[in-house]
Amino acid sequence: MGEGVRRAASGYGVRMDTTIELTVDGHRRQLTVDTRTTLLDALRERLAVTSPKKGCDHGQCGSCTVLLDGRRHLTCLALAVAFDGSEVVTAEGLAADDALHHVQEAFLEHDGYQCGYCTPGQVCSAVGVLDEAKQGHPSHVTEDLEADVELTDDEIRERMSGNLCRCGAYPGILAAVKEAAGA
Amino acid sequence: MSTRTSTTPVTPRSMGTRLDRVDGPEKVTGRATYAVESAAHDTGDPLHVWLVQSTVAKGEVERLDPAAALAHPGVVAVLDHTSAMRLADTDDGELAILQDPRVHFRGQVVALVLAETSEAAREGAALVEVSYREEPHEAELREDNATYRPETVNPAMDTDTEDGDVDAALAGAAVLVEQTYRTPHEHNNPMEPHATVARWAQDGTSGEVLDLVDSTQGVHGVAQTVGPVLGLEATQVRVRAPYVGGGFGSKGQPHAHVVAAALAAHAVRPRPVRLAVTRQQMFALTGYRTATISHVRLGADADGRLVGLEHRVQEQTSAVKEFAEQTASPSRMMYAAPARRTSHRLAVLDVAVPSWMRAPGEMPGMFAGEVAMDELALACGLDPVELRLRNEPDLDPETGKPFDVRRLPDCLRRGAERFGWADRPREPRSRRVGDWWVGTGVAAATYPAMKMPGNEARVTALGGGRYGVAIGCVDIGTGARTVLTQIAADALGVDPGAVDLEVADTRLPSASVAGGSSGTSSWGSTVVAAAQRFREEHGPDPAAGAEVTASAAKSPAETETANHSFGAVFCEARVNRWTGEVRVPRLLGVYSVGRVLNPVTARSQLVGGLVMGLSAALFEESWRDPRTGHVVTQDLASYHVAAHADVLDVDAEWLEESDEAFTPMGSRGIGEIGIVGTAAAVANATHHATGVRVRELPLTPDRFLS
Ligand code: FES
Ligand code: FES
Repeated sequence: MGEGVRRAASGYGVRMDTTIELTVDGHRRQLTVDTRTTLLDALRERLAVTSPKKGCDHGQCGSCTVLLDGRRHLTCLALAVAFDGSEVVTAEGLAADDALHHVQEAFLEHDGYQCGYCTPGQVCSAVGVLDEAKQGHPSHVTEDLEADVELTDDEIRERMSGNLCRCGAYPGILAAVKEAAGA
Repeated sequence: MSTRTSTTPVTPRSMGTRLDRVDGPEKVTGRATYAVESAAHDTGDPLHVWLVQSTVAKGEVERLDPAAALAHPGVVAVLDHTSAMRLADTDDGELAILQDPRVHFRGQVVALVLAETSEAAREGAALVEVSYREEPHEAELREDNATYRPETVNPAMDTDTEDGDVDAALAGAAVLVEQTYRTPHEHNNPMEPHATVARWAQDGTSGEVLDLVDSTQGVHGVAQTVGPVLGLEATQVRVRAPYVGGGFGSKGQPHAHVVAAALAAHAVRPRPVRLAVTRQQMFALTGYRTATISHVRLGADADGRLVGLEHRVQEQTSAVKEFAEQTASPSRMMYAAPARRTSHRLAVLDVAVPSWMRAPGEMPGMFAGEVAMDELALACGLDPVELRLRNEPDLDPETGKPFDVRRLPDCLRRGAERFGWADRPREPRSRRVGDWWVGTGVAAATYPAMKMPGNEARVTALGGGRYGVAIGCVDIGTGARTVLTQIAADALGVDPGAVDLEVADTRLPSASVAGGSSGTSSWGSTVVAAAQRFREEHGPDPAAGAEVTASAAKSPAETETANHSFGAVFCEARVNRWTGEVRVPRLLGVYSVGRVLNPVTARSQLVGGLVMGLSAALFEESWRDPRTGHVVTQDLASYHVAAHADVLDVDAEWLEESDEAFTPMGSRGIGEIGIVGTAAAVANATHHATGVRVRELPLTPDRFLS
């Protein structure tokens, strides 16, 4: 542990607080976290950044997806102390001032959501998918591992399957990601 | 006080056309603030509450030792049945928590831990030591449970019905189908877990005493239910629900955690508390659909015309509170059988409290009924579409009233045409493509058109041609904000952009729950009533500040006709010959739902219902261990819901129509019908593909590998 560590020792529990620094949606933020604090709770409960949502807290739903150092990442399965110095971009940060990101525009256009709770995670995931495809990352359904990745319907469905939507907006999400991929 | 106002049909301008969700930008950026998030943006420095749940299914808390929890850094308080505030009304066993040491089901709330951080609260909850005096329990629904006959079934329907001599009709039938169908224990699992932020005013002598931000389908309902439990008038409880991440029935009524949040907040008043139910806790505390067992007998003449029908249901309720799913209700009105008998019996189990889940009654009941109809079609040598057409009633078999609109035949014919039904081989197990058996299936869908009492809306002239419209209803993702904006605009004769709509706060005129597919019909009719009265009283050019509050009078259709929506679901299923895996490449629903007010949000509602039906067909099943009463599938890794890769070509369309006898907008409600019949269509398609008849959901691979 570095110098930011404070031990509050009493009784049964020993709690350790650590000061870390994160860049969140372009802003550098210093914060003190418990070593047990997930990155998701650090954002939501310590920094009041509530764009990433908590659907399960167990890495099973994708609601908490952000872009972490440029790649999509589940923040509920990450301990904040392990990401000191990292850069986090949430769905809120993808939108510049008043202009939405083109992936967000596509979600509006195709009504790729209903309640909106899974949506910031879907949007971040979609941005991650587009980038992964550009870089040639294969998926479980990719036939030719050498060729450029073409974002077919099956590829999009597969790559977006870490993000559950209980409203069942998948057909709209597919159409949105497809449009964004073509843009 | 508001006036009950008769409405006249609204000329559609915005209604029926596309308007993007008015809250879309908030949702795609995540700026939309859901219940527990309001605490993060609040300056009140809320405490975090964590629920401690019982680890036995029945018995009593013998000893509850908070010492270790209290010694944990950050823990502020532990509340249990000896220290929590006394409730004023303990009649509702689900809500009467922390009042006595009794344990009624595994997972019941037995203590609350309050702490400065969520980490400390969670750890504190783990450190509370509880010992129990256990009693024998019963936690399994079986065919041989002792059962009783509830007085009514949800929401207030007859438990049993009998018309004609059913036994004689079935005895004389040329063709008889007699089978048992089962649907499993299912959990709603909205993506946003239930959560409540609560704050008591320090001195609660007048006005609002308790402030709640809750993830609920109805803010007024929460105030009306929770207020008296806490010894408050409903008007002393303010409830807001600005954004709600889905509910599907599970947020239709307040559950124990809302009371828990209020009790915690009372202990530390006026400091606010935030209580986020975890995904795991939702499986014990926020409602579910009971498993159902349907014994069905269908008797038909040689031409496939039903002569008699029986639907006997066994399901479960909980010892601590009754809930009776109306599973046999669709069998009462669906087809023209002259002799019909339906019944519901409940086993009382020592388990969590069942409640509403999307289309309670219709969803499991139509699975049974529509698979049975498929079996009857085969037994009669008839096409399943034709069988249904032959059994269309002239009048509602249940009430004897004429149907307001009944266009099931149009839905079936349109769906058959679009789906290419005519090319279907008659014989099951006729088509294999590679390793996959391929088949198609159909099922009918129905859902009652309902309006709820207790709605008021306010229209205010804001000046400059703008209007404020206020009604305390909640948009749980349905698109209510958007559609009510369109309704208000058309009723006032202005652009949607000229309407400032306020919702989701008990300070606004009261609104009924977002449930029973009744929201748009109830709130929309009310908004129309207020707008039309406003124009009557204040004319086309009102002074700023002019205001009218009104509620809607009943439409004639509500008493004179039987009002239901109908649909037909067509499915193509592929079943892998080696693994038994089921894939659904095509799923199409065609619906008769009155006027569709916004084609974009309506499509998402109907497709969303179809996807949930597909999910139920293929995956969803909660598993309660009878030895412990524990729901072992208590997360999204073991309670499977459809993921993106499971959902292929799913589409919905609707018939052009307008039901102005039912609502002045011409609409009837669309929230639930999409899930109804869908699982039956999938099951029927898998039978057509493989020749294997599965009468129990979900359609897991093992069922095709016998
Ligand atoms: S909240 Fe992180 S995956 Fe569900
Ligand atoms: S939009 Fe509601 S869960 Fe996806």
